[in-house]
Amino acid sequence: MAIKTEVKLAGVSLKNPVLTASGTFGSGMEFSQFVDLSKLGGVVTKGVSVVPWEGNPTPRVMETASGMLNAIGLQNPGLDVFLKRDLPFLEQFNTRRIVNVCGHTTEEYVKAVEILSESSADILEINISCPNVKAGGITFGTVPKMAEEITKAVKAVAGKKPVFMKLSPNVTDITEIAKAVEAGGADGISLINTLLGMKIDIRRRAFALANKTGGLSGPAVKPVAVRMVYQVANSVKLPLIGMGGIACAEDAIEFLMAGATAVSVGTANFHNPKVTEEIVSGIEAFLTEQKIADINEIIGCVR
Amino acid sequence: MKYSIGTVISIKKIGEGIFDLRVAEPGIARDAEPGQFVCLYSDDGAHLLPRPISICERDEESVRLVFRIAGYGTKEFSEKKPGDTVRILGPIGNPYPAFTSNVIVVGGGIGIPPMLYLARKCKEAGLKVTTVLGYRDKNTFLDEEFKAYGDVIIATDNGDLGVHGTVVDAIREKDLDVSLVCACGPMPMLKGLSKYVLEKGGRCYVSLEERMACGVGACLGCITKTKQVDGHSHVKNQRICTEGPVFDASELDW
Ligand SMILES: Cc1cc2nc3c(=O)[nH]c(=O)nc-3n(C[C@H](O)[C@H](O)[C@H](O)COP(=O)(O)OP(=O)(O)OC[C@H]3O[C@@H](n4cnc5c(N)ncnc54)[C@H](O)[C@@H]3O)c2cc1C
Ligand SMILES: Cc1cc2nc3c(=O)[nH]c(=O)nc-3n(C[C@H](O)[C@H](O)[C@H](O)COP(=O)(O)O)c2cc1C
Ligand code: FES
Repeated sequence: MAIKTEVKLAGVSLKNPVLTASGTFGSGMEFSQFVDLSKLGGVVTKGVSVVPWEGNPTPRVMETASGMLNAIGLQNPGLDVFLKRDLPFLEQFNTRRIVNVCGHTTEEYVKAVEILSESSADILEINISCPNVKAGGITFGTVPKMAEEITKAVKAVAGKKPVFMKLSPNVTDITEIAKAVEAGGADGISLINTLLGMKIDIRRRAFALANKTGGLSGPAVKPVAVRMVYQVANSVKLPLIGMGGIACAEDAIEFLMAGATAVSVGTANFHNPKVTEEIVSGIEAFLTEQKIADINEIIGCVR
Repeated sequence: MKYSIGTVISIKKIGEGIFDLRVAEPGIARDAEPGQFVCLYSDDGAHLLPRPISICERDEESVRLVFRIAGYGTKEFSEKKPGDTVRILGPIGNPYPAFTSNVIVVGGGIGIPPMLYLARKCKEAGLKVTTVLGYRDKNTFLDEEFKAYGDVIIATDNGDLGVHGTVVDAIREKDLDVSLVCACGPMPMLKGLSKYVLEKGGRCYVSLEERMACGVGACLGCITKTKQVDGHSHVKNQRICTEGPVFDASELDW
């Protein structure tokens, strides 16, 4: 039986629903020694801004039970280098290019999206949910009115590129933000970004991370993420990229059943650099075993 | 760099809480150079980040890792038995350059292991090697093995053995020629040593440590500040796992 694993995100077809989560996979270059990027549905690149960002002081990462905290602070080379080096690298592979964008102000987001609208990116993912930068970022993702405004502003300059807004779980009601970005004209939604957390080094009587707080990711956050994907799937009509703690094919399938059309795999790459490819084949094995001819049958099948 | 499943050949306790582990993985062992490291992964998915451990020695078949129990992962590795498997990634990072002049090799505490392979490599290249090792007290490890490659000077924090004080105190007391120094150890030691060496007009290479999440250069968790703009992000942050762990101390902004 030929199994169909192809899915469509706002008109863009992916050979399978498995993507990488922004910030955990660089632009694919480093991980391409372990994974055949052409086997993935797409690569979501590390957040990029108009000019280079330095990021936060170290320590930037800490392990926590079944997860980790990070406060990288969106270090990135800026669009010039990204467009000359990173995007062309990805063009060599038969995989979708999803470019994650960050900014401090509306103007910065708009400028970046304007430039990227002319690039080879297939989809733009707008990070309005990073908990690790002081200005901008998360504030756009926690106030519905601002989320709607920023969505409108980037959509106005995105040209033909589908725009996915990436939402923060650090809100009382994520469906409000989801509805706001839908009203703003978003083509899709990515969720979840990391949960704001903290760890204290009791011997040093100090914060474990130099930034004091960091974003929690990994298997520890998965049930929260599945719940939020389910809630958002049932409150907007947009396609969703679901993520948060996915470490195996079974985890990915939970997100699909909750209503995500595609999934991103992040922290799990750190525990097993080949995990994305293993998830692709694991999903195929599940579909075969369950005699499911088309993966689209299970998307949002749990109501 | 290779991600693979290695097999434990042997494991020995060589000091209080210090273990000597040999892992067979020819693909990693053959490429390993002095200063590089591997990452070992816990078998327990709740401890998901890789544990960086320096390559202490190697042969064609295996790498030798010497580590101190510091928490969950290193405890798990210390309980491995011959024949057990362990997931391993490596070799990682930039090695020490190939030197052409006499060298002082300095190790402090659990920074000592990687210097053994470097000392051997330098000796095999026909260079004179002088080793300076810093320990807390008389509970030393690996010092006997360094003697095969040249003179060994020991410093202890409590004065139990050798020079009473730090490795810098020992170098000063013996008035060693510090034209070329390579070091691995705790941050205060590396800073003190490189200051001394640079002031004397020598060259100092140091091997740095930082918390790591990916080990492959993708997460940007492990950076150190440098004077020059880096090639990856075009800021002044080099990745310790990729551009390091070995750095020319004069290029660091610490
Ligand atoms: C390049 C490099 C080379 C190293 N070489 C050696 C070696 O040869 N021998 C040796 O004994 N130790 C070495 N270390 C330190 C070693 O990585 C840590 O002791 C080890 O990761 C502790 O893990 P754990 O699970 O036992 O401790 P836990 O405290 O349970 O670890 C929790 C988390 O913190 C990280 N972590 C804890 N301590 C350190 C540290 N000092 N540096 C970086 N990450 C840390 C762990 O990797 C893990 O992600 C090296 C570190 C680096 C960066
Ligand atoms: C080290 C690290 C860096 C990250 N950087 C970004 C980023 O640049 N932009 C972004 O939108 N999300 C970033 N994230 C969030 C992830 O893309 C993802 O939303 C989150 O980690 C949850 O998925 P996971 O549990 O599979 O990692 C980062 C996460 C980690 C762990
Ligand atoms: S550990 Fe991820 S970049 Fe070095």
